[in-house]
Amino acid sequence: MWEYTDKVREHFLNPRNVGSLDDANAIGEVGSLACGDALKLYLKIDGDRIVDAKFQTFGCASAIASSSALTELIKGMTVEEALKVTNRDIAEFLGGLPKEKMHCSVMGQEALEAAIRNWRGEPAVEHSHEGQLVCKCFGVTDEQIVRAIRENGLKTVEEITHYTKAGGGCGECVGELQKLLDAELGKAPVCETPLAAAPKKLSNVQRMQLVLKVLEGEIRPRLQQDGGDIELVDMDGTTVYVALRGMCTSCPSSRLTLEGFVEKTLRDHVDENIVVKEAAA
Amino acid sequence: MNTVYFDNNATTRVDPAVLAAMLPYFSELYGNPSSMHTFGGQVGRAVREAREQVARLIGATPEEIVFTSCGTEGDNTAIRAALAAQPEKKHIITTRVEHPAVLSLSQHLEKNGYELTLLGVDDKGRMNLEELREAIRKDTAIVSIMFANNETGTIFPVAEAAAICKERGVPFHTDAVQAVGKLAIDVRELPVDYLVLSGHKLHAPKGIGALYVRRGAAYRPFLRGGHQERGRRGGTENVPAIIGLGMACNLAAANMAEENTRVRALRDRLEQGLLAAIPDAIVNGDPTNRLPNTTNISFKYVEGEAILLLLDQLGVCASSGSACTSGSLEPSHVLRAMGVPFTYAHGSIRFSLSRFNTQEEVDHVVRELPRVIARLREMSPFRAGSEAEAALGKPACACQGCGS
Repeated sequence: MWEYTDKVREHFLNPRNVGSLDDANAIGEVGSLACGDALKLYLKIDGDRIVDAKFQTFGCASAIASSSALTELIKGMTVEEALKVTNRDIAEFLGGLPKEKMHCSVMGQEALEAAIRNWRGEPAVEHSHEGQLVCKCFGVTDEQIVRAIRENGLKTVEEITHYTKAGGGCGECVGELQKLLDAELGKAPVCETPLAAAPKKLSNVQRMQLVLKVLEGEIRPRLQQDGGDIELVDMDGTTVYVALRGMCTSCPSSRLTLEGFVEKTLRDHVDENIVVKEAAA
Repeated sequence: MNTVYFDNNATTRVDPAVLAAMLPYFSELYGNPSSMHTFGGQVGRAVREAREQVARLIGATPEEIVFTSCGTEGDNTAIRAALAAQPEKKHIITTRVEHPAVLSLSQHLEKNGYELTLLGVDDKGRMNLEELREAIRKDTAIVSIMFANNETGTIFPVAEAAAICKERGVPFHTDAVQAVGKLAIDVRELPVDYLVLSGHKLHAPKGIGALYVRRGAAYRPFLRGGHQERGRRGGTENVPAIIGLGMACNLAAANMAEENTRVRALRDRLEQGLLAAIPDAIVNGDPTNRLPNTTNISFKYVEGEAILLLLDQLGVCASSGSACTSGSLEPSHVLRAMGVPFTYAHGSIRFSLSRFNTQEEVDHVVRELPRVIARLREMSPFRAGSEAEAALGKPACACQGCGS
């Protein structure tokens, strides 16, 4: 059973603004029967203000609650204000959603944008035109994925799936998702970690603490995904001695892992002079 | 209205007589059945009787019964035993609609040096024996075919499939967790090598199961340890649960007729009542060759989790094969293997009854569910004849095979 907040349950059992609007001048549709959830959003925009909003939703409890929350949030907003509403606002309005259900809030945001495009007379742009299709099962583009990563500070492929559904079907695109994630995280870390702003001159203690932090936060999770692991054995100035564990020990490309990934990550985040060596057994 | 429990394929209520039989073994009769003293010995005797009771239900001898902790352990033990006994054979055959206890083990083995053939099913969830015959190879180490499907209740031709395998000299395993206690099973007439049952599906507690290993079939312990279960499963016996399973098997034999008459009639009343009251609903599974307690119905244009949560408000417990309830993003692997269109699969609800259910409960659901479906359909952007369907160029087809 999902752990829904009382607010999600309440908006599911008593959804606000259900139905269609006969005098809607903006309609946004996302999702499909086959995907398991779909939302049709009706807006009445007067001048540049949303004076009424209604919805029809096919989907689970959190999809219905997210739609209800969305309509409550945007009623009375100007179009410009509404465009600033993100999926996180919808989730927060509901007191949070289970992480596996975050895609329901994303659906709300997308329907809102589609409706506003419709109102502006822009073509009901298909997502496939906005970027490259990455997940064929659920029709998710690279643009949608990158946006979800940026706006929600996503850190793992699993999180991408929770937010966009991408990778949740046949799983073929998981490698592609990892690449998109790597590119995003390498380019601009979304988290507020002080890693990027590491001071140039570090004391030995500071350096060791930072190395440990990067090992724990960035490096180990990645190796563990492949069944491997790494342990810090010792540090001597900027030389870091590590031991590879798990699958890494028998992996023929462990040298590449050390130089290409571990050393590079530590250089990026800690000190450009870092040298990684494998500790003698 | 109290809880209406229509989710007996998930787990069942412990029969009060089973609980009563177990209780002394939590308190005064706490001895270890392996002990030399009389105090433990009397417990050993009770375990022996329970083994006889389990054996009797399926026509086995007590020596052919190994107590396990659950159905999953039984399935893993049997399949791994067959593989370990024939290390040169690297091919496994099972079906696409198995319980994860078999399916995910098979897929794991596939990643570790085995070749896997997954037999398909038709739109009613039925397998094709010819497909099995053709799939068997010289290096086939095990064939595993469930006795009855947990989601749809469809019964598999296990006797025929096992006979084919016997003829070809291939060990045969069946996950009979959903069938034992509901269908008459006699291993003297059923040429299976391994058969798995689980206590909590037949009114015994959770945490106990049994594996039938035909005398002479290859065996390797999965859990190595002490000499319990004659060295076939290490670990001190879960005595209270074993006593409970024995009693539950006795009761199952006595109640088998009721399962197939009264419970079946309740299931039929529920199914027919719902189909008559709710348009755009179809039954998933084999309408004739089906467990007497199970019905799996899809309601188009609505989503299963939403149905379940509204039923929950009414005290009704059921389950769904929708994506949102499966914990993944895709609907049930069973319904997909059957080719049930996604538009129906997302709105599938399984009701599974037991002898503890009443007609009053059935009538409560037949009265309430149509309102639940109507309420969700009113909220849905899709409905019969809606644009989404018009786009398909033809009206919705009520059959479950054509995909439209």
